[in-house]
Amino acid sequence: MDDEKVFISNSIRRLRFFANEMTQQELSDRTGVTRQTIVAIENGKYFPSLELAFRIAHTFSVPLSDVFTYFPENDPVHKKMVAKQAKKEKK
Amino acid sequence: MGHHEKQSIVSIIGSVLVIGIYSLYVYRHYTQADIGLLNDFQFWGKSFLYLIPVAIVVQIVIQILFAIANRIVTQEDLSDITDERDRLIELKSIRISHWIFTLGFMLAMGALAAGMKPYVMFLTLITSGFVASLASEIAKIIYYRRGA
Repeated sequence: MDDEKVFISNSIRRLRFFANEMTQQELSDRTGVTRQTIVAIENGKYFPSLELAFRIAHTFSVPLSDVFTYFPENDPVHKKMVAKQAKKEKK
Repeated sequence: MGHHEKQSIVSIIGSVLVIGIYSLYVYRHYTQADIGLLNDFQFWGKSFLYLIPVAIVVQIVIQILFAIANRIVTQEDLSDITDERDRLIELKSIRISHWIFTLGFMLAMGALAAGMKPYVMFLTLITSGFVASLASEIAKIIYYRRGA
């Protein structure tokens, strides 16, 4: 995926590596989802619910911000809001 | 390919087989002998009524056979977990099939309103139901490949 377009990245692969090379299957078993869902999250193709995100963070015993990082500059909705705000201020 | 995608492909094959074989059976046994049946409401009522349980039973049998074949070939059990992503994909694909069937329903009513024969309306209804179910499974495959 193009890095400039990623507005939520995750460190699940790195965290798995440092958690005794936990497999995707082990993580999926611990978080109650399928392995395919873990694969989709790791590849940035699916953004999990807040509930699942917390469960993943809890599995690695780290805060949520260590698992997921938000890049507002790449978020199209955020960009739209900023442009709207700028337009309002101009008026 | 994940097992959800395989299930969808099996479901598409099942739907095509059911509608194809059932249509052929009805055509050969009834409508070929008496073309006037096409405008008989009782004939259409019975056709719809029998098609629904037949389609459900055949789909269940096909899915069971698929699960057994999958177990033999891959040595893996089909996951019985339905997680949030599965539910999201299910909802999105149901929405697509709902809109397609609604469009088909409108077309069927349009055919009646335009003064076409009743069989055009019934055929449009059956076709839209079939296309809606195919679209739902195709959408599932696409969503699973895309992520959600």
